[in-house]
Amino acid sequence: MRRPGDGGVPAPLLVPAVLAVAFLVLPLVGLVVRAPWSDLGSRLVEPAVGQALRLSLVAATLATLLSLLLGVPLAWVLARSRVRGRSVLRALVTVPLVLPPVVGGVALFLVLGRQGIVGSWLYETTGYALPFTTAAVVVAETFVAMPFLVISVEGALRAADARFEDAAATLGADRWTTFRRVTLPLVAPGIAAGAVLSWARALGEFGATITFAGNFPGTTQTMPLAVYLALQSDPEAAIVLSLVLLAVSLATLLLLRDRWLGRAGTT
Amino acid sequence: MRRLLAIGVLVTTLAGCGTAGGTTASPAPTADGAPTGTVTVFAAASLTDVFTDLGAVLEDQQPGLRVQFSFAGSSALAAQLAQGAPADVFASADQAQMAVVTGAELADGEPAVFARNELEIAVPAGNPGGVTGLANFADPDLTLAVCAPTVPCGAAAGAVFAAAGITARPDTEEEDVRAALTKVQLGEVDAALVYATDVRAAGDAVEGIPFPESARQLNEYPICALAAAPDPAGAQAFVDLVRSAVGQRALADAGFRSP
Repeated sequence: MRRPGDGGVPAPLLVPAVLAVAFLVLPLVGLVVRAPWSDLGSRLVEPAVGQALRLSLVAATLATLLSLLLGVPLAWVLARSRVRGRSVLRALVTVPLVLPPVVGGVALFLVLGRQGIVGSWLYETTGYALPFTTAAVVVAETFVAMPFLVISVEGALRAADARFEDAAATLGADRWTTFRRVTLPLVAPGIAAGAVLSWARALGEFGATITFAGNFPGTTQTMPLAVYLALQSDPEAAIVLSLVLLAVSLATLLLLRDRWLGRAGTT
Repeated sequence: MRRLLAIGVLVTTLAGCGTAGGTTASPAPTADGAPTGTVTVFAAASLTDVFTDLGAVLEDQQPGLRVQFSFAGSSALAAQLAQGAPADVFASADQAQMAVVTGAELADGEPAVFARNELEIAVPAGNPGGVTGLANFADPDLTLAVCAPTVPCGAAAGAVFAAAGITARPDTEEEDVRAALTKVQLGEVDAALVYATDVRAAGDAVEGIPFPESARQLNEYPICALAAAPDPAGAQAFVDLVRSAVGQRALADAGFRSP
């Protein structure tokens, strides 16, 4: 269905679009230009860089898996079930999107900290304290990242044609089987897109992490925390760390996009 | 750019940082020459309470003058100033971070030390971890907070541990001293190494445990007006107030030692 004018971009769209690209890309160019390329090699092999990067990747991936495990069912409840008060529920679970992450970190303390509502019970019965551990990093990142997954998947579910599920039900499939065999494959691209968003958000997470998990190299100091602290003493090191994080996340996202989203036909 | 800045410093250093006077460059002087406008003070997190009070004092003394603060770790503030953050006054919690600013030729004259501070162990009320002294910071079973080594209180902590021959086993290195203090107030750590003044500022939620090694590591707090100050007269007025009898009394009340 080609219409006249297809292929060209109208000027009222082109100008802002070019501005948007410049706005988003120029800061990255700045990082690349200011990077200390001459001693980049020696800086990259510093063990602290690998340590922070490894921790970041592991924590973000675990946070994404946790988000998938809990977030996909939640998205289904929001989109398909007839639970009362769904709109209130939807607003509540997206609160972390607007909550300043540092406040999110404090809120996690109040629930999961040693003095927290749940955490104090855990601490008294088992002696286990969650804050300042790698698990706390995963929890903080999940708290901030999961809403992105829930929103993506819920959107995909709403856009998906429910008649396929009706057909499956007519043919005798129960709701769990329908979910597994029909719904999941149907919204797979939405789940993939949501997972990628969550992963990216978790990877860049700073405020909730430094508040709830603290900052210690090797256990809780992720790349964003390392960058923040390096900025205060050695800005060039901060730029190197940022570039490493950028390169790894860009590579991962491009790879995943080709694999999942490309194959599913989404552009 | 750097050369321009250097010339600016040359010109402005004639006024000097520690001396009074030099109210000629105020952007909007009133008829009687009192500074007006807004003074922006970048100050170490440990100065939060006492400087906020002194800002109110200055606003009372000089109606028309507004004082606003950015409190953070001195290293974060020094880095912001090096990146061109617009401010009139910088007050650091140690000489090393002031040296970052003077090294970049951002200070107006020689910084002056206006207070000293020593470290103290802060524990939640009731001391649930049973902390008795600095040696407890080597205990892996306790949850412990110190400041990050880049921040003055972290640098001081490192020096104290080294002097005492203690290998500290902290669980978190906080971005400024007040972040470490907050973890104590929340009861989420058994102890944190903060300044004696922070313990006093925290009130009943926090108990302080002085330790003998702290006397060997006194932090000096330097203050300076900045060469690129948008409000040089206001900057000087604040620096003068901090170094005056009124300022020194407020600092002493907060637990700071005299310079």
